[in-house]
Amino acid sequence: MNDYRGIFANGLWNNNVVFTQMLALCPLMAVTTTATNGLGMGLATTGVLLMANIVVASLRRWIVPEVRIPVFILLIASLVTLADMAINAWLHELYKVLGLFIPLIVVNCCVLGRAESFASKQPVAASAADGLAMGLGLTFALVLIGGCREILGSATLFAQASLLLGHTFAFLEMTLIENYKGFLLMLLPPGGFLVLGFLLAGKRVLEHAASTKKVKEEFHCSVQ
Amino acid sequence: MITLSHWLKPEGRQTLGYHAALLGGVALLVSTAISFADWLTRADITQRQLEDLQATLQQVVPARYYDNDLVRDTVTVNDGGRTVVVYRARREGQVQAVSYQVTAPGYGSTEMILVIGVDRQGTLLGVRVISHSETPGLGDKIETTKSDWILGFSGRSLNDPPAEQWGVKKDGGVFDQFTGATITPRSVVKAVKGGLEFFAHHRAMLLDESRKEKD
Repeated sequence: MNDYRGIFANGLWNNNVVFTQMLALCPLMAVTTTATNGLGMGLATTGVLLMANIVVASLRRWIVPEVRIPVFILLIASLVTLADMAINAWLHELYKVLGLFIPLIVVNCCVLGRAESFASKQPVAASAADGLAMGLGLTFALVLIGGCREILGSATLFAQASLLLGHTFAFLEMTLIENYKGFLLMLLPPGGFLVLGFLLAGKRVLEHAASTKKVKEEFHCSVQ
Repeated sequence: MITLSHWLKPEGRQTLGYHAALLGGVALLVSTAISFADWLTRADITQRQLEDLQATLQQVVPARYYDNDLVRDTVTVNDGGRTVVVYRARREGQVQAVSYQVTAPGYGSTEMILVIGVDRQGTLLGVRVISHSETPGLGDKIETTKSDWILGFSGRSLNDPPAEQWGVKKDGGVFDQFTGATITPRSVVKAVKGGLEFFAHHRAMLLDESRKEKD
């Protein structure tokens, strides 16, 4: 299966980690209080997903089903530790923003999920593409949820983005309403559940609309 | 090596020996990688942490108070079963100010870690929060990025305000509480007061120039 278009369509939308597979919800609720936090967590997870998929796919010939779970966990936990050390040592400014979230990647079941359902059965290149696609899909979801909560909760968008991305990205930081009193509920965990619920419902509506349209078109064709 | 060639065949991999060797092999591989990465990054990480500490200390002890490397000029004090590392700011050899961490109970069972700077006379030079898990939008006004509240401690000492007014306004004290959050500021005020009492208690030892520890 070398259908890279399909792999990316799956990762970004059809089989999106958050919106379809409903994985990674625990770190999601914790970090998505701002779009910037969501972006940082998403990118760090993408890096780990990519590496984990490559390593698992290259070792897949030797891994037997009976002990695959401990082997995957060992590999993923080590990759996260390596990422944690490297970011701490060489990207220290980023580490101060993300430091707390990096160990959380270990408990993100989407990394184990991709190792199990994709990388353990597919060649290295396809697995790398899958890791990247799933990671970008997750990043998209985290930024979307973080952005909604940030706008509703504190009327800013991408606050402190320059800390994460460097000063060239300072233009992303927006204050939408001056002197906004804040809507605390959105920043607390219930806000995460509410936003996620509405977004999931929105995705269903879109998909439903798309499928009814398709059915109608087919119907018209057969009548004519 | 009968086993090794046996393991190359798929049916040979269904043995307990292969499973153990696989787990062991992967464990060996990843621990080697982690040890190597640790060796590679340790010096950089220590350096970064030292810089972070320096940046924090600079916020609570103004530069005019010292000409030494205060990160390395430390005394360790045993205070009721707790060890406190005290950083000392000297000018021309004389200790002008000290800085140390104090902890305050935070939301739930979490801890807030503060760092305070105190001059020779026991007057607060500054207080900053290093880490906390307070509710965003309520308790997080203790951060300087969110509010100026914490700067209100500068210039205060154990006698200013008098002991019975060392509290938030709700408790008859002089310090503001935040709208909707009294517990966080109350805890911080109490911890800062505790920090000043620590200084008063160990003053002679902290200001003793001859006392020096090698790090």
